Parts: sequence; structure tokens; C-alpha cells
Amino acid sequence: MPDDIPPAAPATGSTPSAGAPSGAAASTAPAAPSAPAALELRDISKAFGQVIALRSGTLRLESGSIHALIGENGAGKSTLVKIIAGLYQRDAGEFLLGGESVDFRSTAESKAAGIAVIYQEPTLFPDLSVTENIFMGRQPLKGLRRIDRAAMREQALGLFQRLGVRIHPDRPARGLSIADQQIIEIAKAISLDARVLVMDEPTAALSGVEVDRLFAVARALRDEGRALLFISHRFDEVFALCDTVTVMRDGAYIATQPIAETDTAKLVRQMVGRDVAELFPKQEAVIGDELLRVEGLTSPLFADVDLSVRSGEIVGLAGLVGAGRSEVVRAVFGVDRYDSGTVTVEGRALAPHDPTAAMRAGLALVPEDRRAQGLVLGTTVARNLTMAIRSKLTKAGILTRAAENQAARVWASRLEVKSSALDAEVGTFSGGNQQKVVLAKWLATNPKVLIVDEPTRGIDVGTKSEVHRLLSELAGQGLGILMISSELPEVLGMADRVIVMREGRVTAELSRADANPESVMSAATGAGAAA
Amino acid sequence: MSTTASAAGSTGETRAYRDYGRPLWRRVLLSREAAVIALLILVWIVGYTQVPHFAAPITLTFLLQDMAPVLLIALPMTLIIITGEIDLSVASVMGLSSALIGILTQQGWAFGAAFLVALIVGLVAGLVNGVLVTVVGLPSLAVTIGTLALYRGIAQGLLGSKAITDFPSEWTSLATGNIPGTPLPIVTVLIVVLALVFGLLLHFTPFGRGVYAIGLSADAAAFSGVRITRTKIILFALAGLVSAVAGAYYTLRFGSARGDNATGLELSVVAAVLLGGVSIFGGRGALPGVLAGALLIGAIASALRLAGITSDVINVVTGVLLVLSVVIAGLLGKLRFRRLRIVKS
Ligand SMILES: Nc1ncnc2c1ncn2[C@@H]1O[C@H](COP(=O)(O)OP(=O)(O)OP(=O)(O)O)[C@@H](O)[C@H]1O
Ligand SMILES: [Mg+2]
Repeated sequence: MPDDIPPAAPATGSTPSAGAPSGAAASTAPAAPSAPAALELRDISKAFGQVIALRSGTLRLESGSIHALIGENGAGKSTLVKIIAGLYQRDAGEFLLGGESVDFRSTAESKAAGIAVIYQEPTLFPDLSVTENIFMGRQPLKGLRRIDRAAMREQALGLFQRLGVRIHPDRPARGLSIADQQIIEIAKAISLDARVLVMDEPTAALSGVEVDRLFAVARALRDEGRALLFISHRFDEVFALCDTVTVMRDGAYIATQPIAETDTAKLVRQMVGRDVAELFPKQEAVIGDELLRVEGLTSPLFADVDLSVRSGEIVGLAGLVGAGRSEVVRAVFGVDRYDSGTVTVEGRALAPHDPTAAMRAGLALVPEDRRAQGLVLGTTVARNLTMAIRSKLTKAGILTRAAENQAARVWASRLEVKSSALDAEVGTFSGGNQQKVVLAKWLATNPKVLIVDEPTRGIDVGTKSEVHRLLSELAGQGLGILMISSELPEVLGMADRVIVMREGRVTAELSRADANPESVMSAATGAGAAA
Repeated sequence: MSTTASAAGSTGETRAYRDYGRPLWRRVLLSREAAVIALLILVWIVGYTQVPHFAAPITLTFLLQDMAPVLLIALPMTLIIITGEIDLSVASVMGLSSALIGILTQQGWAFGAAFLVALIVGLVAGLVNGVLVTVVGLPSLAVTIGTLALYRGIAQGLLGSKAITDFPSEWTSLATGNIPGTPLPIVTVLIVVLALVFGLLLHFTPFGRGVYAIGLSADAAAFSGVRITRTKIILFALAGLVSAVAGAYYTLRFGSARGDNATGLELSVVAAVLLGGVSIFGGRGALPGVLAGALLIGAIASALRLAGITSDVINVVTGVLLVLSVVIAGLLGKLRFRRLRIVKS
């Protein structure tokens, strides 16, 4: 056990409130083991055909306590969650709720039993308003069983206030950023007022401020005596919020321990079986000519955005959720329209609203919403990996499966996509594994400028540092990289330059030397503007 | 640094990726196409052994002649339905093509020239559909129900209730003759060539991959640089063009140009495509299945007809088959998706 791996939590806390690892745990002691647990799973197993997603899932949630569940991508965390929710039925094992054995056949049953679940991938009804989404199936009623819209809207506003977000309660869910979708799911779950609240990577798309708000809500629920399960790949969050932590690996239970008795290095070792640094140290690259220049880009969602990316440079685009960062890069890449402004790649103006032209010019965009935008769900991993390079794989205009598979094999192994067969449907992959496929798909295009929107959302430690290493290496080879990230340590660790956006405008541009949590956050929140 | 570099290999081993997760026989035998082809063979065997005259070569000739328009139009229709759209105006374009050829030859045009005009008009009719669907952004179901009436209306306006029946025999014999020494009508050559072209386009080109991607997820396709508008316009234009060809064939085969030729044929085309395993929701299906689907409809119809069963009953049987195929596909899909589905309530 080498001592040179520091516990990363205090040093890299993306949440300003992230205190010493033991801080949160001290407030509540785990309940006495003799009392029945709020929820207990013993040796749960679950297979999908040949794929064994869970071998022995074991978990014990106590009331008045926040329990962390961590593990690599594909370790089986979400599968366990879906079994708790009644979405999947276990093949074997015991499932006790308040000491009594239960057997949920549907999500309605688990909900009725007092379990609320926030799933890893938001699943909203796109055409309903966000309020209707939150209260789907349990709308407040007034006389004659009519839906009480005013009350419903009022409650939704209350929830948003509690979570500290500004989302219009009447807007449709369609077009919400992935972070806002996640917030709606959180609002939905906490409004259920459940005894057990399960959160599968609720923070993956959120930035520091929203995470803090969520944590405040979670702590309040804990203090009311609820049992909470929290899944995250961010250790600082686990240490800041949770009281107990369970580690899983390859579908099996590894260990449960009080948070105060462990540290990042230990947890990582339990997760992957060896030592891994949480953040990859950035390599210095030679910064060369300007590759991408955006001038005066304006649309209803953002205004006067100027930015540039040079060869070898990693430019971080920081800001709060809803600052318009994703909207800007989508417009740059040509998937969204913009009203005015110019995009130039290597000195040549890019035709607006034409992703194909953008790709030809050497742009690549890894979008934020992998399931809706990054992947073509319903088709194979090979097709997805080669989707953006399919024209380059032809011989005399003919594209064969063999050519696709060959290219797919190269990229799947480069990013260590966990799949045995190339014709596996990408929709069945774990969240982090899907993210790898999207990254690989775009790296395969051999771009000059790579735009990545939350590239490590939902990715585990090992792979995350691998993604960082990859980005660093690509920059070293002369690529320009524009990276949106809501994770402050990632931005600060990786970026040569940080551009901060707030409410659709660029509010700061900071050199690597000037960028620190305070300067970035004050530009992002506007707090520093007055001071 | 080396520890982090190797860290991503979470389980340590480098992975060898197999091409397929399931063995060949399961992939082939459990596909929808295989089911349709098996059914086609079954019907053929039953017809051959049980139905008088079914075994006669002339049955095959008539079957192919009857089904030729459906087989032809089903090719572009398959691609359109895979993108999640539909074109219901194809039979009206056939009628328009037929009427144009009739009126132009009657005015003394050479058949070839009239045919060319019909092709161009068919192409334009398809382009109009495509532009309304993509640029204007209307649902294709609504657009093509509208143009179904519009194109048919123009066709009937051109010819009224007249029928023009005088066509040069060297052209009509192309539509009615057989490939020498075989019972196969000459149009089989056209069907095979176009089937190969469309098969290549759908299954072996980047364009075809785009077609599937659009049907599965238009958003993800757009983010991958698939040109959705262009793809759809091309497909609708191709449907118009092929429909015009089918209209000319229909005219020659019956030696009669009428504005109401081939009325209702669009439903047989859609039926063949769906029976062949293409999902009406887009994203799934393959051409071999569709060809088998069209031949299956034709084989059942001709077997029943030869067995002396009325055409009403034949329609009922075809309808039941179609409903069954959609229901079974739906159930299979549900079974598969039960595992993937994320809660919606
Ligand atoms: N419906 C399914 N069909 C087939 N395989 C599945 C299905 N659901 C999950 N799996 C497989 O089970 C394994 C565990 O997946 P799971 O989603 O539980 O991982 P996870 O721990 O949540 O990972 P992540 O951190 O990436 O979200 C993966 O290998 C995944 O591919
Ligand atoms: Mg998961």
C-alpha cells in the first residue's frame, strides 16, 4: 500500500462546502446494527441473457443516514437501483424493507412502499410541462376530481426554490439541458416524501452550486430520519455528504465502511483492485496557431460570445448549469441556429447550421446528452463507433460490416469499452461505458478541434483519468480542445485557459495561473462583480 | 504516470471483441426476415402440392407481373419507412404517370419521349413531397395523404374518364413478354437491378447508415453529421421516380392509360414493407425481408385465386396476415424492451 496517493477529497472539492472527510459523518452515528435496516439487500443477483450484471449485491441502508454506493462503470450499481425500484426483478437474493421481505413487481409497488428513485438517465415526458412531469400520476386534485393546476404549479415552484434553480414551471420538458432534466427528476423524487430516497448519479451533470443545494436538501431529509442512497463517481461528494460507503466491483459487494474510517485511496483500491490517481496531471503542450475562432455569436440563448482555441490548447468553458455553454457549442458545431456572429476554423469561415461542413472542417462535438444526442440507441456499438467516420470507411462507395467492425475494434479497445461483442446494443451499456463510446466515436474522426461537453459525466475514476490523459495527449499532438465541464477540479486541472459564462454571456477569461475556485465561481455566479 | 495510463483497464485484461454476440444460426433464424422467407417457402410448398395449376410456370409469370409495381415501389418505400416517414401518394403518382403517357402519345409524341416526361413529373412529384416534409416540416402522413388526392386529381383531370389504349407493340411486349426460355417476365430484370441498387444503397453505403440513424434517433443523427433534410428529399424523389416507372409499366401491361390506374396500390406497398419486417416506427428492417413480404402477398393471393376463392376473402387473408405480423413484431419488441425500458410512470 503506497503512501504517495493523497486522499483527494479535501484538496479537490468541487463543492465549496466539502469539508474534512469526517465532518459530515460525525453528525450522525450509524444506527445500531440490531435494529432492522430501512432497506436491506442480501446477495442479490441479476443476469441479462449471458451478461451477469449483478453477482452478489449487498447493501444496508439505515434510517437517518446517507449511504454512498461506489464502483466502476458497469459494476452493477444502476442494476441494483433498478431492482430496488421494482423495475427489474432479482434472480436470487433477499430484499428486506424495514425488516420485511418484499418483492416488487413494478415501480408503482416500490413507490407505494415509500421508495423514491432518481434514475441515472432522466426519463421525462418531453411534451408535458415540467410541473406535469413532476406530478405525473399523482396530481393534486380539487372538487370533481379535477387537477388543481394552481396548487401543482405552486408546489413545483416551492420545489425549485428549495433546490435553488430557476426553471419555468410551465415550460415543456423538451429541450431542457441534461442538468435541468436531472433537477426535475430530483424535484420529482423529493416531492414523493419517501422513507427511502435512492439517487443514481444525481450530480453527474450538475455544477457546484446546484450540488450544494441538493446536498442541503439531502441532509435535511437525513435529519428527518429518511434513509438515502447516493451514487457518484466524485469522491469529494461522497466524503462531503455521506455517512457510510459501500463499494462494488464486477457485480459483487466488496465492503461497507463508515466514511470516517476510509479515504479516497482506499476506496479506489477497493473499486479497481489497485492504485489510481484521481486526476491526471496535465502535460504541457506547445501552444500553436489559432484553430477555432468564434466572434460575436448571438442567439436568443446567448449573446456576443467570443472565444478562440489554439492548437495544443485546452480551453475550459466553466459556468453554472444553464449559463448557455452547451447552447454555444451546439451553435458552433452547427446543430443549432444562431442569429449573428461568425465561426472560423483555421481562418476559414464555417457555413452556419451545417454539422457536416463543421466535421469536414475538422470540428468534433461530444454532446452533453449521450442517450439522445451522442448515441443512436437501438443500434450496435460498432455502428455507433463508426457513425461519424462512416464515409471514410468506404471502398468505391461501399461500406461493409467488416470495415466497420475493424474500425470499431480499434476504437473500442483504445477507450476500453466494456463489451464482448461488437453487435451488442449500445443502449444496454452502463452509463459510463456509453460515454466512452461517444468519446471514441468522435476521436475516430481525427478532429483538429475537439469540443467536449461534460466529457467525464458519469465516468469512473480509472477511466476519468484515462480520458484526461487522452485529452492531454491529443492536445500534445496539436489538437485544440474546448471543454465544457461543471466539475471545477476538472476545469482547473486540465485547462490552459478558462472562459467563464453566466446567463449567456462570457464574464471572464482567465489564464491557467489566474484560474482558481474563487475567481471562476465569482465570474460564474456574479458574486464577485459587486465586490 | 504509468499507473494512471493502465488504470482504465478496470479488469486488467485487454479485450478481444467478437463481431457477434450470438451464433450465426440464432442471428439468421431468429430474424424477422427469416420468418417471412420461411412463410413464403411454406406457402409455396402448400400451393405447389395442394393447389391445382399453382405449379404451372404461367402462375409465376402472372404473379411477378401482378406484383411488379408493388415490388418496385416497395424498394424506396422501405427506405422511407426506415427513416420514420411514409409516402402514401405513390399510387397516385403511378396514375399521373399513366395519364401523362396516355395524353402525350395520343397527341402524337413518341412513347419514349412521353415516358421521359412521366419520369420527370414523377421525380418532381416526389420532390414536392420531400420538400413539404423536410423544409416546411409537415408530417409525411398528412403531406402524402394530401398529395395522394392532389396527384390523382391531376391525373383524372388530364384524361377525364377516358382510357387511351393504343400503344406501340414493341413497348407493350416489353411489359407482357418473358425473358426468352424462362417463365420470368422481362420486368423481373428491372426488379432485380433496382433491388440490387436499393439493397446496396441501404445496406452497404454511408447513406444507408444515415437512413437507419434518422429512424432510430433524428437528434443523434443530426449530431453525427447525417444530412437529414437531404436524405429525406432524395428518398421521396426516388419514390416518385420509381412510382412513375411503375405507372408506365402498369399502362403497358394492361395496354391502357387511365387516370384511375392503380388506385389503392399504396396500401399493398405499405403492407408488403411492414410484412417484410420493417418497423413502422422507423429504424428497423431490411430489403430482403420486404421482397419476401411482397412475394408472400402475391403468392397467397394467387394460390387462393387458383383455389377458386373470391378476392374479398383474399383481401381478408392478406389483412389478417399483416395485422398478425405487426402484432407479433410488437409483442417480440415488448419482450425485448421490457429489459431495457426505463420507468415512464
Ligand atoms: N438491460 C440490460 N441488458 C443487458 N445488459 C445490461 C442491462 N442492464 C445492464 N447491463 C449490464 O450490466 C452491467 C452493469 O450495469 P450497470 O448499469 O448496473 O452499471 P453501473 O455500475 O451503474 O455503471 P455506471 O457507473 O457506468 O453507471 C453492465 O455490464 C451492463 O452492460
Ligand atoms: Mg449506473
